[in-house]
Amino acid sequence: MSLRRPAKNQPETFEFNSSSLEEANKIVSKYPEGKQQSAVMALLYIAQKQNDNWIPLVAMKYIAKLLDMPYIKVYEVATFYSMYNLSPVGKYFIQVCTTTPCMIRGANKLVEACKEKISEKENELSNDNSCSWMEVECLGACVNAPMLQINDDYYEDLDKEKTIEIFEKILKDETPKPGSYRGRSNTEPENNRKTLMDIKNA
Amino acid sequence: MLKLKVNDIEVEIDEGLTVLQACEKAGVEIPRFCYHEKLSIAGNCRMCLVEMEKSPKPVASCAMPAAEGMNIKTNTPFVEKARKGVMEFLLANHPLDCPVCDQGGECDLQDQSMFYGVDKSRFKENKRAVPEKYMGPLIKTQMTRCIHCTRCVRFATEIAGVSEIGAIGRGEDMQITTYLEEAMQSELSANVIDLCPVGALTSKPYVFEARPWELKKTETIDVMDAVGSNVRVDTYEWEVKRVLPLINEDINEEWISDKTRYACDGLLNQRLDTPYIKYNDKFEKASWDEVFKIIKSKFENASKDKICGFVGDLTNMETGYIFKEFFDRTLNNSNYDSRSDNRFVDNSERENYIFNSTINGIEDSDLIFLIGANPRYEATILNARIRKAYVNNKTKVISLNDVGDLTYPYEKLDGQTQSIKTIFEGLNEISKDIISANKPMIVIGESLLKLNSAKHLFNLIKNFLKKNNKFTDNWNPLNILSCDAATVGNFDLGILNNRINLLEELKSNKFEIVYLAGQDNLEFNKKDEFIIYQGSHGDKGAEIADIILPGSAYTEQDGYFTNLEGKIQKAHKASYPPGEAKEDWQIINELAEVMNSRKLFNNKEELESSMFNYIKLQQENKSLNHEEIETPNLQNEKLNIKLKDYYFSNVIAKSSKTMIECNNSKLNLKSTGTEG
Repeated sequence: MSLRRPAKNQPETFEFNSSSLEEANKIVSKYPEGKQQSAVMALLYIAQKQNDNWIPLVAMKYIAKLLDMPYIKVYEVATFYSMYNLSPVGKYFIQVCTTTPCMIRGANKLVEACKEKISEKENELSNDNSCSWMEVECLGACVNAPMLQINDDYYEDLDKEKTIEIFEKILKDETPKPGSYRGRSNTEPENNRKTLMDIKNA
Repeated sequence: MLKLKVNDIEVEIDEGLTVLQACEKAGVEIPRFCYHEKLSIAGNCRMCLVEMEKSPKPVASCAMPAAEGMNIKTNTPFVEKARKGVMEFLLANHPLDCPVCDQGGECDLQDQSMFYGVDKSRFKENKRAVPEKYMGPLIKTQMTRCIHCTRCVRFATEIAGVSEIGAIGRGEDMQITTYLEEAMQSELSANVIDLCPVGALTSKPYVFEARPWELKKTETIDVMDAVGSNVRVDTYEWEVKRVLPLINEDINEEWISDKTRYACDGLLNQRLDTPYIKYNDKFEKASWDEVFKIIKSKFENASKDKICGFVGDLTNMETGYIFKEFFDRTLNNSNYDSRSDNRFVDNSERENYIFNSTINGIEDSDLIFLIGANPRYEATILNARIRKAYVNNKTKVISLNDVGDLTYPYEKLDGQTQSIKTIFEGLNEISKDIISANKPMIVIGESLLKLNSAKHLFNLIKNFLKKNNKFTDNWNPLNILSCDAATVGNFDLGILNNRINLLEELKSNKFEIVYLAGQDNLEFNKKDEFIIYQGSHGDKGAEIADIILPGSAYTEQDGYFTNLEGKIQKAHKASYPPGEAKEDWQIINELAEVMNSRKLFNNKEELESSMFNYIKLQQENKSLNHEEIETPNLQNEKLNIKLKDYYFSNVIAKSSKTMIECNNSKLNLKSTGTEG
């Protein structure tokens, strides 16, 4: 992975909307007086959520001023963590897991689907600018491999056709149903569960 | 005290020190890149690995606190192997471009890889390449060479007080950069060049100029401000190639300001290299004999009290002294001054014009009150000390004016003389703070001394401090922040005139002959005066002159300077004056010989001993004639801090191209996130 650079086209202004601000204040208030800079990571994530999954430079400045810290410090944090997107990724941000378990279960088919439906290359916006995709390392849902993540939701037990179905939905700006696409609940075994039968919600 | 063993040598060190410091105490050298005495500990280069008994792994000695009974080994095969391993990793991505690298010959990485490294690499992959970064007109970057020691980041954050450098990205892709690659907004920025252990940050004006072993190194002092930083001047033949800091813990520690470092290219431009005479508004070259004869006849034909002289801001004390002697003995006249403005100076006591608490004292102080001073621009190194005091002790700083970002927070007052009066009559909270402080410092800037009510305010402040017993055996709270290198020396030599106001008389064109010894800052309209200018650079003084006597700059003659604390230091000759130019004292001595067929002094030694005798006598007398302080009335004034343009504060800086570039890069000052 190479160094991620901020996008060329940057918005002029950024400000937290009321719900983000409320959430931010709640997090800042968890830290003692004078240590509010510790909230920087959470605030960056709030900014990312508010701004279609990416953080513009003005948002970093805004957060720096909010937390009374130098711009470069916020910039350092934002460039360090791969969960912060520094350029637009679309309203639907698709992350396809291609680490070993998913790969064995056919993650490359999911990548193919991405290439067909979303964009030719990774980190590239689709034609309508509504989504983009990237390959990521293990998302921790190996039992339901192969899988992908769209914004906050996991879509599991996929194959190429099902993935394309999901993509068609999001391209129509509908939210597809998250979870397993082979009809199992959570990470239950394929042929119903065999243990803990007496506990209903196990 | 802790006792531990380093290579079987017993050492005793204070608690809280690190293993690396213990090793140094034992005289064992530990290689390092990221560790620096004056900066916080990072522990990320791993070069200082040592073997510690009972530890299965080598430990980073810079970050390991020393403990009682430790047994440290630094000369075992284990340590050698660890160092070799670290070295190999550091060199994996470091380009082998030493032949075209400016750091070559004085590079920590080069030296240490010769000493501790291996001669080949097992890294067969492509090396990482990093695009160059812009860091302003002084710092050239070649970030492929960077080994991520983060010394520059720590310097900017901790010492300079401008958090503008940082490390972005991570792992192999980590890059050191300023925020969005803007120039670093600090007057100490170029110190990162010295700190950089490799050639990643090198000097832009000095790029590809010389190799360190070709340069003649002269240890001397700086004259760009009144602090008197200790510097090393590196010359290649006549040319001053660069100026580097020398360590002096009492003055500049390890840092120098950008002006000190980079105004030196001004020594090559605008130089006066031969005597000139003005005929019909045009300067023509002349010989020394010619100009001396003309000056002689002019002096002889003028009435005594129509002659005056001014000493400048960069002249050394010998020049000042012989200038004074020339007026006293040869011309029988005392119309001389070293001030170019109506500054109030009561030189009946030495403490009235020096920085009495001393620069080291700043760290002991518990309250600093700046009146009419902007130390960031007037004495950058001193400001770094105030910042250090703030960082270490949270020293409270108050300023009468809002002077912008000083790199530390301070309380701002309204800038009115009335508020000074209120405070120093003991009427408000700040007065109580000053009274209750153990070691308060009142820093009076030149801007205050230029006010109409300067005398009143100065005496008010001094009396208030006296009354409240703030003057003790080991503390003097009264501090004058002088801006120019020659100021305190000239006052010590008594080159000032409180009897008549020379400036006013000059402005009303009462003089026939004006002798300017390096004085370029006088503001008056020339009428029929005959002006003799002696100096090194063709600037304002030379422009209005009728005769120009080419003198030497501070790097071209030996000379004493007294810094703002009153510490006398000698600047040494590193180069020689250009063309026909002579050392300043010599010019006046020879002129005296032409006038009276007798030299004032036979040689420099005689001049020096006479000068020191004079100073000693003066100071003894001063303590005897203690005058009563009279207090004239106060006027309501707004104290405005008038700064000379930081990068153009004297003739050398004005002639420097680098200073022009610095100035341009700061013209569009943007907010940086470090303010407030």
